Amino acid sequence: MYVKQISVFLENTTGTLAAMTGLLGKNGIDLIAMSIADTEHYGILRTIVSDTDKAVQVLKDAGYTVKLTDVLAVSVPDRPGGLNDVLEALADEEIGINYVYSFVRSTGNHAMVIFRVNNLEAAERLFAKHNVQVLSQEQVRGL
Amino acid sequence: MIWNPGIEQADRETIRAVQFERLKKILIHARDNVPFYRDRMAASGFVPEEMTCLEDIQKLDFTVKTDLRDNYPYGLFAVPMDDIVRVHASSGTTGKPIVVGYTKEDLETWSECIARIVTGAGASKGDIAQVAFGYGLFTGAFGLHYGLEKIGAAVVPISSGNTARQIQIMEDFGATVLVATPSYALYLAETAEKAGVMDKLKLRIGLFGAEPSTEAMREELERRFGIIATENYGLSEVMGPGVAGECTCKKGMHINEDFFYCEIINPETGEVLPEGEQGELVITTLSKYAMPMIRYRTRDITRLLTEKCECGRTTYRMEKCKGRSDDMLIIRGVNVFPSQIETALLGVQGIGPHYEIIVTRENYTDKIEVRVELTDEENLDNFAELERLRNYIGNRIRTICQLDMPIRFVSPNTLKRFEGKARRVVDLRNQ
Repeated sequence: MYVKQISVFLENTTGTLAAMTGLLGKNGIDLIAMSIADTEHYGILRTIVSDTDKAVQVLKDAGYTVKLTDVLAVSVPDRPGGLNDVLEALADEEIGINYVYSFVRSTGNHAMVIFRVNNLEAAERLFAKHNVQVLSQEQVRGL
Repeated sequence: MIWNPGIEQADRETIRAVQFERLKKILIHARDNVPFYRDRMAASGFVPEEMTCLEDIQKLDFTVKTDLRDNYPYGLFAVPMDDIVRVHASSGTTGKPIVVGYTKEDLETWSECIARIVTGAGASKGDIAQVAFGYGLFTGAFGLHYGLEKIGAAVVPISSGNTARQIQIMEDFGATVLVATPSYALYLAETAEKAGVMDKLKLRIGLFGAEPSTEAMREELERRFGIIATENYGLSEVMGPGVAGECTCKKGMHINEDFFYCEIINPETGEVLPEGEQGELVITTLSKYAMPMIRYRTRDITRLLTEKCECGRTTYRMEKCKGRSDDMLIIRGVNVFPSQIETALLGVQGIGPHYEIIVTRENYTDKIEVRVELTDEENLDNFAELERLRNYIGNRIRTICQLDMPIRFVSPNTLKRFEGKARRVVDLRNQ
């Protein structure tokens, strides 16, 4: 049960991010989670949105370079050490994390965290074993 | 002082006579030993033995940079490899460099050319000359090196780069002559000022070349270093530095006319222009036996000054180059063609076919950046891959151009598109 993440290439200049979010907003697309990794000259925006297909279409039409990636949306207990339990479990299984970021929103006593790991299936099995809740695209959208 | 008054102060008839005799001889040598020239002369029915005046050379075709590339590496050599004692190389227009060779006699000729120029600039035995050109395949450093040794100067072959060390050596060794590109010399001046050692330096003469400079740059160099700043000119295809150089009058660069026959042409039509008019410089080497160059189009725009110089030399002078009749860039003294960068980018997966070259100047040092459109989304989720792609492109460019150029990814469809001739270069250095 993976969630589709959109990665967008953005030049590292003033206003480029606003231009992109503006485009999504105008098309009624909601940003549910996002993170930006940047270098001196460019950045990659990673986001989970309310309507993935539409967002991809709108962005591509506007000339953006866009890529879809499978990620895991994980519900992590919102308490000290909550995330750490999950990370240690991954490390024990030697599952590497490529990146991780958290949600704009959260649900009650749980924090929502996005994981991109080098072995999605193994991570998913692991989460099931540890009773860590993994969310579907539908559930994420409904947050 | 004049190194070789016999020729540098000869009357015009003598100079022309020497030129004519040598021209005929070198054309015969080229025809007899280089298939490229033999075929050309045969095709146009040109017979060197039948020449009656220097201007007869106008019947011959021009030689251009691509002719050197097409005959890579040794196709234009006119002597057996046994007789070659040195090989240098310079930027070609695409992937491969252009190669030049020298016999032992050619190297002596080269040193003689440099000896005259550095003497004209005021250098002499007793000077300590710091050569801050890069030693290597480029002709600049070695050319100046042997000419300075010939006049009896002590040469410090420090090569280029490592600016702090340059200043240290300049101070400790008591260098009196600096050989560098004018832009690097300005950077050295700034560094010396910051280090507070300017008044400890013994520098008195600057021999600058490998890139064009302005009068404003010269004045600044003279003021900051307290030196006489002279400019010299040359290009690897015909020898390297040593074609021409300024005397202390600084009113144009004296051409070593007994070794180089110069014509000025209209770059559009190829027509030879009357004396004194501005156009493209075309050079024929008169005494280069390993690799004669016949009517080589330098692509440099200049003018010949024919009146006698106040220094007493009678040789014609050429003005500072005003520009190029092609799109060659000179970056930190290294020649770069946009077509070389295009070659390096060609076939790289993940980027589009459009590119832009941005040239700027920071701290008197040329900076060049290549912008390409990132079109492939595959690596978008992986920074390591993106950086690997950037490094890969950078390495390809370095292999061909011998220069580090940062690569900048931009969004697709953001670089300018051209309907006619593409203008890929944005040169902001003189703004």
